[in-house]
Amino acid sequence: MRAVSECAIVRNPGREAAAGFAVRRRIWNQTVKALLHLAALLTVALLIFLIGYIFYRGIPYLTWELLSTESSYVAGTIGILPNILNTVYMIIVAMVVALPLGVGAAIYLTEYAANQKVASVIEFAAETLTGIPSIIFGLVGMLVFTQLIGLKQGILAGGLTLVMMILPTIVRTTQESLKTVPQAYREGALALGSGKWHMVRTVVLPNAIDGIVTGCILAVGRIVGESAALLFTAGFGLKINGFVRSLQTSSATLTVALYIYASEQGQINIAFAIAVVLMVLTLVVNFAAGLAAKKLKK
Amino acid sequence: MKTKSAKQIALENGMNLLFLLCGIIAVGFVLCITVYLVISGIPAIMKIGFTDFLFGKVWKPTATTVEASYGILPFLMTSIYGTAGAVAIGVPIGLLTAVYLAKAAPKKVADIIRTAVQLLAGIPSVVYGLVGMIILVPGIQKLFHLSSGATLLAAIFVLAIMILPSIINVSETALRAVPKEYEEASMAMGATELETYFRVSVPAAKSGIATAIVLGVGRAIGEAMAIIMVSGNVPNMPGLFRPVRFMTTAIASEMSYASVGSLQREALFSIGLVLFLFIMLINVLLNVFIKRKGA
Repeated sequence: MRAVSECAIVRNPGREAAAGFAVRRRIWNQTVKALLHLAALLTVALLIFLIGYIFYRGIPYLTWELLSTESSYVAGTIGILPNILNTVYMIIVAMVVALPLGVGAAIYLTEYAANQKVASVIEFAAETLTGIPSIIFGLVGMLVFTQLIGLKQGILAGGLTLVMMILPTIVRTTQESLKTVPQAYREGALALGSGKWHMVRTVVLPNAIDGIVTGCILAVGRIVGESAALLFTAGFGLKINGFVRSLQTSSATLTVALYIYASEQGQINIAFAIAVVLMVLTLVVNFAAGLAAKKLKK
Repeated sequence: MKTKSAKQIALENGMNLLFLLCGIIAVGFVLCITVYLVISGIPAIMKIGFTDFLFGKVWKPTATTVEASYGILPFLMTSIYGTAGAVAIGVPIGLLTAVYLAKAAPKKVADIIRTAVQLLAGIPSVVYGLVGMIILVPGIQKLFHLSSGATLLAAIFVLAIMILPSIINVSETALRAVPKEYEEASMAMGATELETYFRVSVPAAKSGIATAIVLGVGRAIGEAMAIIMVSGNVPNMPGLFRPVRFMTTAIASEMSYASVGSLQREALFSIGLVLFLFIMLINVLLNVFIKRKGA
């Protein structure tokens, strides 16, 4: 009898501890589960709130007049047509230079590179470029393109600065899609007596076009959203100049214009209207990139 | 026939050279950036004095030449505090979201969240700045009864949101790469799913998560336009409720009016150099983590 009761006495605290542990374990599980959902919900809610708030504040001021005219101090009206055009020019200039360079570098890395050391140095350089903040690109772009080469502030200096920035994006996506082209295609072409360049041009590149397009779309997204690198290279100009003149005339893109209207002129409503335009462009770019990536997977 | 093949060989060699040149240009960009930052950054540091520049607490470049002072410690500390704050808020939220995405979420929900994360990454920084300026700044002003809400705290919130996408994306990839066997073994031993995620999956993915955090640090320390609009832009030593100026925002805000050839302008290049060195340090760290992951 005694032994049994002693046993019970010994066992009881253990059981209580076990029960306590189970409770704590359940509480921990529930709390963490709640936190997981909360964090994920927060991320999505943040995006919905941002989009909703920007559209709520910006849409009432997004008039046809704003989109189709330039600002006039005399009439006291504000228009963002010059900034829309500047953004388009900027995309054209940067892409015309960066696309051949990036695709060329990617072709070298995946198809030609016989020397592993050279290839790894190039890859390291591309990685390094990815991490450099845009304000540094702006600083160096100003030093090199406006002070050293002697370009005036404008789309050309800005566009060339952006080339440095978007090059890694194009190299990486092109490289990835080149790698998905089956080796057998290459061997087949070479076995039929094709030269290497002929093989790359007629067999490899056509099969990798989806990836290159994805890279271009992502690069365009970066160009549209960039501001810090353009402050001292493309400038603050809010006037309409033709394509050729704007190359060497201070020209603000949409993002820079948003900054000017919000911080320097206190035109918050105009800034929100520009933000709506930028958000729509961001949505379009994301959607297009998703579509291209899906096609690539097939 | 012979001439044709000679022509072909010339073409092949030419194209090889051309593509190599494209690659070399990328390397050239990096060299050019490094060389130019060093060349233009060193003179001011020499003139001001290394310790006065790096550890001087007063930044007064436009005072008369006698009283002018070029200490960047306020910018340096603000950048460090701001980044630390952003990481402290962004990493827990980002990591929890990544665990949810990689392990717990139903496929459809995960797709929606992934799209949201991608969109957040694509929003231009000036747009974050604008929303922060209109919502966060007045909010902080009212909440803490300050004369202005444009403070380090506002900048930390904006930065935390901006680094979320990189943290979520990279951590999720790392968590997905954890071998299923680890998790199955843990659950077979009686651990619940959540215990498995946090005690097995997360530790197993720690080098990938470290990479994500370092990437986030890199993004936060290099961001300029979003925080210039919310941080008050005054060269104070950092304090949560003080208006502050970061290294990046110092460059962005003063470059346009610093006159060419002035010491102020040269000192701004030196700030660029210091920032560049920080980023290079981060790159080295990243390479260490990525190599460790590979091994």
